[in-house]
Amino acid sequence: MIHFDQVGFSYDGSTGPVLRAVSLRIEEGELCLVIGETGSGKSTLLGAINGLVPHFTGGTLTGRVVAGGRDTAAYKPRELADVVGVVGQDPVAGFVTDTVEEELAYTMEQLAIAPAAMRARLEETLDLLGIADLRHRALSTLSGGQQQRVAIGSALTAHPRILVLDEPTSALDPTSAEDVLAAITRLVHDLGVTVVLAEHRLERVLPYADRVIYLTGDGLVAHGSPGDVLRRAEIRPPVVELGRLAGWEPLPLSVRNARRVAPRLRERLPDTPPLPTRAARTDQATTPSLTATGIVVRYGPVIAVRAASLTLHAGECTALMGRNGSGKSSLLWALQGTGSRASGTLSVGAAAADPARLPPAQARRLVGLVPQTPADLLYLDTVAAELAQADRDVSDRSSAGAACSAQSAGRILDEIAPGISAGTHPRDLSAGQQLALVLAIQLAAAPEVILLDEPTRGLDYRAKASLIGVLDQLAARGHAVVVATHDVEFATRACDRVVVMAEGEIVTDGPAPAVLTASPTFAPQIAKILAPLPYLTEAQVAAGLDWVTGS
Amino acid sequence: MTTHGYGPRRALVVGAGRLPRALHPVAWWIWALALAVAASRTTNPLLLLLIFAVLGLVVAGRPGDAPWARGYRFYLLMALTVIVVRIVFRVVFESGVTPYDHILFRLPRIPMPDWYAGIQIGGPVSLEAVLSAALDGARLACLLCCIGAANMLANPKRALRVLPGALYELGVAVTVALSVAPQLVESAQRVRRAQRLRGTGHRGLRALRVVAIPVLHDALERSLLLAAAMDSRGYGRTGTATRGSRRLTAALLLAGMAGLCLGAYGLLDAAMPAALALGGFGTGTAACVAGLFLGGRRVSRSHYRPDPWRWPEWAVSLVGLVSAAGLCVSAGYNPSGLNPSLYPLQWPSLPLVPALAILASALAALVAPPPPAAARQAIAVPEEPAASRVLTGARQ
Repeated sequence: MIHFDQVGFSYDGSTGPVLRAVSLRIEEGELCLVIGETGSGKSTLLGAINGLVPHFTGGTLTGRVVAGGRDTAAYKPRELADVVGVVGQDPVAGFVTDTVEEELAYTMEQLAIAPAAMRARLEETLDLLGIADLRHRALSTLSGGQQQRVAIGSALTAHPRILVLDEPTSALDPTSAEDVLAAITRLVHDLGVTVVLAEHRLERVLPYADRVIYLTGDGLVAHGSPGDVLRRAEIRPPVVELGRLAGWEPLPLSVRNARRVAPRLRERLPDTPPLPTRAARTDQATTPSLTATGIVVRYGPVIAVRAASLTLHAGECTALMGRNGSGKSSLLWALQGTGSRASGTLSVGAAAADPARLPPAQARRLVGLVPQTPADLLYLDTVAAELAQADRDVSDRSSAGAACSAQSAGRILDEIAPGISAGTHPRDLSAGQQLALVLAIQLAAAPEVILLDEPTRGLDYRAKASLIGVLDQLAARGHAVVVATHDVEFATRACDRVVVMAEGEIVTDGPAPAVLTASPTFAPQIAKILAPLPYLTEAQVAAGLDWVTGS
Repeated sequence: MTTHGYGPRRALVVGAGRLPRALHPVAWWIWALALAVAASRTTNPLLLLLIFAVLGLVVAGRPGDAPWARGYRFYLLMALTVIVVRIVFRVVFESGVTPYDHILFRLPRIPMPDWYAGIQIGGPVSLEAVLSAALDGARLACLLCCIGAANMLANPKRALRVLPGALYELGVAVTVALSVAPQLVESAQRVRRAQRLRGTGHRGLRALRVVAIPVLHDALERSLLLAAAMDSRGYGRTGTATRGSRRLTAALLLAGMAGLCLGAYGLLDAAMPAALALGGFGTGTAACVAGLFLGGRRVSRSHYRPDPWRWPEWAVSLVGLVSAAGLCVSAGYNPSGLNPSLYPLQWPSLPLVPALAILASALAALVAPPPPAAARQAIAVPEEPAASRVLTGARQ
């Protein structure tokens, strides 16, 4: 169905090629998963399938790409629209019209499909994706998951034989992501559509994949059955890590398969893990850095945060979890003092100051916030200029003695993300690097409390691992850290405490291992596989196995 | 089942015409523009009030919660401003006073240099001058409200969908531009909020830069993504146009537009000879139709659920046209009824034919089918509980 023959590609003016001599064949009806680190060329590979690369992006493509029998050298993307449907990362950016029905019909209108057939196809698509009740809604009023399903639907109405999805769930909360992935697997099984999917969060999609293409980062690809590729790949979801540790053969890819071979492993492991989930903290975690009581945030009639009370301790990393719209962001913004707060009290640090009553420049010395789109904070041409500006902002407004405690933003950035060239344009950085830059800018003010709003969005495994390292350092230095995240695996490894919000209220607040294993749907993969043993990370399992062989 | 089979089908069409649905946007535009033409023919305050009343009746009958429908208040405000500005100008710039004028008050006169003698500022202000300014303003305000009503009654984006194929790209560009504006506002707000986190307290030009650069980056990125998405979805698939036919299309359209401008000017300005106006309008329309037909052949697209044109559409356009015709015809034999003289100052009379013609256009409120939004929501809600009841039933 899709055929890459000795494909090489390099962007104009770039130093090295993105793809080198890629040859592969994706058969009809397969679900093919494309994995690789950020910047390894996943989007380029996907774009090449419908000719956006190079027709739209520019650059030089060598070799041949044939999709559905059409050579992309001869056909432009618009002429492949009836064969290849494309869904991007941000569905909103691709919407042309403003209601669900019109959006679903758009591609068909372009293909000049007869009105009667159009009507019938549209009804089918609405049912297939379970969005029939949304048909008259304005696109802007839908949730992220609904928008993504509409975007998939609008590609499907053209009856393409190939569907290309570039990280369709990266901006969604777990439930919405499940909905979207369920819709995708249904397409593969019921309609036999060939699906090519790039995804960071492998653990969800891997069980459904027929083939994995792994971009190694040097322009080469490894491809084959999921088991074979993942055994060698650097990128591994926890279930694969566990399988490799335990030496399982064949490598299980889903929790279900792993669970079926797990009993023997459970017998070998000691009942209590010899290691805690995270390295134990010093007793710092008893000094409160921030105390909030009865925080209420409302936007007109909508109550975003409903009398939330929270105490943050120095040296503690807290995960703030909950579905989209549960009030996580509103709470973080209110704690920083910039966001609105209808009532409630807030006191930060030894001086018990309320950041909302201070000018922004002083509020950020108490509480720093990295927002959901970190790039909003960046407005200069180079990384160096941004860092210099950050240092100026701090020294300008510091009262005489305060400046000495602050480190320069450049030094902080070197520590948390070494190797970012000072001359780079901030917009050219990867998501992880942008996050590091903004974090460095915020840390230059040396706030006692640092809040991060969904920092794991769009980060690959490596970037997440380095973020965990950074958060550990911050906590060790006595910052109180709060991370709003949907990522259970990340929260398990990075956080000591988990706070769960629903409908603006704090429903659960407790130590991470207890909260995360309390419900089976909410648990990390390793906990699901090894329950009832309280193991959460592969490091614990490794230590457990060592302990057995040692004694 | 009937004997000839045509009967029920026809009955269905007549019935379907009145089911809750959106009226064809072009019908509303014809109706509103016809009323505007009618309004342009009169300065009789009673007739103008009547037109305002008709607009109010029709607009109030279909309260839309759609974003484009909320703008009618702004049109009304703008109309008021027009009247006020008109009066203020007339008061400030003195414009000759006849012996019959009733002087209201006198403004101090500001002496002007000789070479600027054409305009005088200050001086006596007469009741007649103020009234004539107010009536002129009211006529303009009425035109504005007609356009506002059209905008409110017909979704402007939906109206763009009926553009002929040749103008398709233009329509898409406008549609996209319309959706970009709110996005820009939203992203500017987000960036401003985020910048406060950084403690940047810039003022003036620098503050603008701090917000503008991330917003522009955002907008640029988004437009590239949109372009890529539209390309992948088949936008701009090539049709069958040659270079020659494209040039011919352009020439015909240009000529047609010129003709239409001439015609429109003639129709709105009673001083132009009618033959010139109608001739310009006719040839302009013909050239445009030919050009659009020729150009439309190069785009191959289809329409999803095109708005139907049934009898309510005919009726709405017709009652609009009746009022326009009524006033245009009356202008010939009853000029003083439509534009009552201010000398001597007297209460204007309500001329019968124009008044009836305007009232006829109010029928649009009755013949147009009810708007759909409320009906749809009412159906959408009870569906879900029904489905879940089935599921729980099955489990038991």
